[in-house]
Amino acid sequence: MREEKKIRVLVAKPGLDGHDRGAKVVARALRDAGMEVVYTGLHQTAEQVVEAAIQEDVDIIGLSILSGAHLTIFPRVCQLLRENNAEDIIVMGGGTIPDEDIEELISKGFARALFTPGATSAEIVGWIRKVTAEN
Amino acid sequence: MQQKIIEGIINGDRRMVARAISLIEDEASEKETILSAIFPYTGKAYCLGITGAPGAGKSSLVDQLLVLLRRQGLRVGVIAVDPTSPFTGGAILGDRIRMQEHALDKAVFIRSMGTRGNLGGLSRATKDVIQILDAFGKDVVIIETVGVGQSEVDIIKYADTTVVVLTPASGDSVQTIKAGIMEIADVFVVNKADLPGADRTVSEISMMLDLGGKKRAWRPPIVRTITLDGSGVGELHRALLDHREYLTSSGRLEKAREDRVRRDIVDLIEYKVKSTIWRQVSGSAEFELLVSRIMSRETDPYAAAVQILRSINLNGLSP
Ligand SMILES: Nc1nc2c(ncn2[C@@H]2O[C@H](COP(=O)(O)OP(=O)(O)OP(=O)(O)O)[C@@H](O)[C@H]2O)c(=O)[nH]1
Ligand SMILES: [Mg+2]
Repeated sequence: MREEKKIRVLVAKPGLDGHDRGAKVVARALRDAGMEVVYTGLHQTAEQVVEAAIQEDVDIIGLSILSGAHLTIFPRVCQLLRENNAEDIIVMGGGTIPDEDIEELISKGFARALFTPGATSAEIVGWIRKVTAEN
Repeated sequence: MQQKIIEGIINGDRRMVARAISLIEDEASEKETILSAIFPYTGKAYCLGITGAPGAGKSSLVDQLLVLLRRQGLRVGVIAVDPTSPFTGGAILGDRIRMQEHALDKAVFIRSMGTRGNLGGLSRATKDVIQILDAFGKDVVIIETVGVGQSEVDIIKYADTTVVVLTPASGDSVQTIKAGIMEIADVFVVNKADLPGADRTVSEISMMLDLGGKKRAWRPPIVRTITLDGSGVGELHRALLDHREYLTSSGRLEKAREDRVRRDIVDLIEYKVKSTIWRQVSGSAEFELLVSRIMSRETDPYAAAVQILRSINLNGLSP
């Protein structure tokens, strides 16, 4: 009676700025798509995010970014994943990130995908399904 | 891979522990081999169950208990169970939010799980995950479960000590709390004691306990807590230690664990028989034929069940 492997996603809102509305909307959309979303809330450090991702054995880390800290947080998360032999966990993000930064983060391999506020839930869900199936 | 995971669990590799838990949750084929192999390393962890209505403050209490347990130098595993949506199979697992302070403590391992359609309120995997955390070297395993309706009664199957968390306001006057939940408590917590009505809740629980009439060897203590400032958490910790001492010295701990082994074997047999039968029966031509014959009243479900059972082969029991 093997169940299908459940997709598990960690959603975190690193940095110091205030609200996590966007992250919650995404979390709900992923749940409605049948995924398990570990929601860790506000003010996460990269260390906390990576440790939680390891304990929770998630397939994906999704970081919600509003504060402009993206150029430091994504590389740091990737570095910590490597140090913990956990680089098979896919890092994605969403939020207000300027186009040129998106290009830089993706081309340097610090994030597999970055969704801007215009992205639909369906796009994000579809993308996660695709990359986890490939992994 | 299997061997690497088994060794990882025993040698304290948290990545392998996390992987093993996923395999168990997904009912992967490696599951039984892993659980068998680690079994000799289990039996040391003390298991603490925390249940109560949604939002009662269970995660906040776990967070604060972690502080005290860590001060004692104990290694702690936490299994935080949240409901899975019956419609989509998805879940939002949010208990970690309250436990962030322990996120970087290498002696604490927190795992969130969805109930995945198990009516017991506890994920079917919970029992097996306790074993993994036990073999991993945790001295205490805390299980936080969704307290909805009757389901949390399941927790006493796995927990050595069960804590029921109530709150003053919430309209859940003790009388209205579903039968069953009062009986499972080894310790009562009235959390949010900063809110009005805490005294009333305490005396209602107390009256309820007296109403039972019969003299008990252990009368569940009632502890007031406020997780906002930590008051009462020390007292809760002492109550837990007292209960453990009571179980150990009276021989009840040993007895309860033996009963648990008995039930585990029966559960496993049932599960294996059921899944083997189901695999052979579901969708089979014979089964479908019988369904239509029952519909046309040529035979009846009772006769059909017997007929199917006769053709079942239980020799190659499937995992
Ligand atoms: N006033 C007051 N609020 C509290 C207290 N303890 C917890 N809360 C609040 O109650 C809410 C729920 O707390 P949690 O610890 O998440 O409760 P829970 O029982 O784990 O919730 P679920 O896991 O969702 O069922 C939070 O907003 C807490 O801040 C308390 O002692 N007093
Ligand atoms: Mg909780």
